[in-house]
Amino acid sequence: MEEIIEGKAFILGNNIDTDQIIPAQHLVYNLDDPEERKNFGRFCLSSVPPELSGLPNGHIPFIEDGECASEYQIIIAGGNFGCGSSREHAPVALNMAGVKAVVAESYARIFFRNAVNGGYLVPFETPQRLIDHIATGDRLRIDLQAGTLTNLDNGQTFSLSPLGDVAEILKAGDVFAYARTAGLY
Amino acid sequence: MGMTMTEKILAAHAGREKVAPGQNIWVNVDVLMTHDVCGPGTFGIFKKQFGPDAKVWDPEKIVLIPDHYIFTTDPHANRNLEILRTIAKEQNLKYFYDAHSPAYKGVCHVALPQEGHTRPGEILIGTDSHTCTAGAFGEFATGVGNTDAALVLGTGKIWLKVPPTMRFIFDGPPPPYLMAKDLILHIIGEIGVDGATYRAMEFAGDGVLALKVEERMTLCNMAIEAGGKNGIIEPDDITLAYVKKRTDKPFTVVKNDEDASYYSERVFKSADIQPTVARPHSPENRATARELAGTKITHAYIGSCTGGKITDMQAAARVLLGRKTAVPTFVVPATMEVARAMEHEKVDGATLKQVFESAGAQIAPPSCAACLGGPPDTFGRLNGREICISTTNRNFPGRMGSKESQVFLASPYTVAASAVRGRITDPREFL
Ligand code: SF4
Repeated sequence: MEEIIEGKAFILGNNIDTDQIIPAQHLVYNLDDPEERKNFGRFCLSSVPPELSGLPNGHIPFIEDGECASEYQIIIAGGNFGCGSSREHAPVALNMAGVKAVVAESYARIFFRNAVNGGYLVPFETPQRLIDHIATGDRLRIDLQAGTLTNLDNGQTFSLSPLGDVAEILKAGDVFAYARTAGLY
Repeated sequence: MGMTMTEKILAAHAGREKVAPGQNIWVNVDVLMTHDVCGPGTFGIFKKQFGPDAKVWDPEKIVLIPDHYIFTTDPHANRNLEILRTIAKEQNLKYFYDAHSPAYKGVCHVALPQEGHTRPGEILIGTDSHTCTAGAFGEFATGVGNTDAALVLGTGKIWLKVPPTMRFIFDGPPPPYLMAKDLILHIIGEIGVDGATYRAMEFAGDGVLALKVEERMTLCNMAIEAGGKNGIIEPDDITLAYVKKRTDKPFTVVKNDEDASYYSERVFKSADIQPTVARPHSPENRATARELAGTKITHAYIGSCTGGKITDMQAAARVLLGRKTAVPTFVVPATMEVARAMEHEKVDGATLKQVFESAGAQIAPPSCAACLGGPPDTFGRLNGREICISTTNRNFPGRMGSKESQVFLASPYTVAASAVRGRITDPREFL
C-alpha cells in the first residue's frame, strides 16, 4: 500500500454496481493471461449511463476507445459502491485501468472484501459526500498517514475514515500474505 | 445474552463459545461452490498461491456447477467450461455437474439444494453473490470473490466479520395473489439497496413459515439486493423434509437463542402487501403493480435463481393457462429438475410446458441465460431499447444486456399477467 496516492479524479454517483463496472458479457476473458486481462481495463465502467459518467457534467468516457488504461487513477463515488454481483473482475477491471484508490461514502460488502483481499486498490470511505465538492479531472493527493484527501487544484482538504482492521491486509499486500502472518498456513 | 442463528453457526465453525457482531473471525467452511464465470479465475489464484501441483483442502467439499454461459458459441465462454473439466479431473472433485453432459444441472443456487448440498447449521461459501439463497435452509451462506474462494480451496478457511441480524417478520400467511418476490421487493423498497449492508437478514413469522421451500429461497436470494451478507430462515419440518429427502449427511439444526439480540425488528402484515414491482434501474425503486398498470412492455422474462424454480413456473402457468402472450416471452427453467417437472406437472389437465407453448412463450434449456445479459447470442437477452418485465433479481443498467433497455422486476404472477396484456398488470385481474 502506497503512503501517497496521486492522480486525476473520476466522479461517479450512488449505487455503482458491478455490472456497470464490468458488464457480464466481458467476464469471459482469462484472468490469468496478462494480455487477455487487459480487456478488463478496456471495458471498465463501460456500462455506466453516459450522462452519469464523469460528474458533474457526465458524458466523459472513463477510457478512451481502444485504450486499456484510464487517465483517471482515483474514483470518487457516492454510496453503496460495488453493489451487485460478487465478480472479482470488478476490482480487477479498475486495477487494470490503473485505478489506485476509490473514495466512496460506503461500499457493498463483497466488492470491499475483494478489493482488499486481492490487494487491487484501496477502498477509502469518507464521512462527507465528496462528489459534490470535486469534479472529474481535478488532481488529487491521498495521504495515508494523515488520513486526508487534498484537491491539488484548489487546496481543499477532506478527511478519510480510518481503514480499521483491513489496513493489516492491505499492508500485507493481500489476504494470502495476511493469512500467512496469522499462521493460517 | 444469547446469540442469533447466524452468530451461533459462525461461533461453532470458529471453535468459539461465543461471538459478537463486529468481530472478525476465521471459520471453517463446509461447502465451497463455484461456477464457470468465477471457477477458472479462482483456481488460477489458488495455483499461483499454493503452487502448480497444489491439491484442494477437501475434494468432497467443493461443488462445481457450470451454469452462466452454457448455450453460446462464444469461444471464451466455452473455453471456461473446458478449464472446469480439466480442474475437476486433476483435483478429483466429487461434485462436478458438467455442462453438455448427463450430470448437467443448471443454475447453481437452485441446483445446490436439489442435489443435497445445503444443510442446516453449515457454512456455504460461493463465488456468486446469490449464494445467500441457501440461508433458506437455516445455514450461513454468503457470496465471495475469487481470492477469498482460492484461500478456501487451499485452507478450508475464510475470515468473516460477524454480522448483526435484522429481523423481518411477516404476520399471517400471504394472500393467494402474493408471492415471496412481492414480500422481498417490499422490504428492499422499505430499507433500500444498502439497507442491510454487512448485516444478516432473518425472515420469520407465520407468514414465512407458511411458504414452500422454493418461496423461502426467493426471500433469502434477494437479501444481497439490500446489501445483506446473508439471508436466513429458521429450519422447520418443511425444511427438514426437503433436506432429508436429498442428503443423508448428518447436520445440526441451529435456532436463535430465546434471548438473542437483534439489530432491528420489523413486522409486516402479509395481507397489507400488494403485488410489487421494482422500476428501472434499481431493486429499491418500489411501486405496486397497480400504480404502474398500463406501462407498456416489449419483453417478458421468466427464469433465474430467483424466478425460475418449479413454484415460479407453476405460478406463471396458472396465469397463462388458456391465454396468449402479447409480447415476446422467454421462459428459462432454473434447472434440469425444473425443466423435467414442467413436462409432467399440470394445471387443469395441461402440462406447464404445454401451457407456455400454447401461450406463445419460448422455452430454453436451463441456465442463467439473460438474467445477466451474457454474450450477444444469449437466449432472451435485451439487445436494443427493450422494456422488459422479469422474474429475475437485478435491474441495473445493462444487467440483462443493452444499457439502453429498461427492466422491471416482479413476481411470476405479475410478469405473466403483464405478458398477456403487453403492459404492466396487477395479477389479481387474472387470479
Ligand atoms: S440466474 Fe442470474 S442471479 Fe442467479 S446465479 Fe445466474 S446470473 Fe446470477
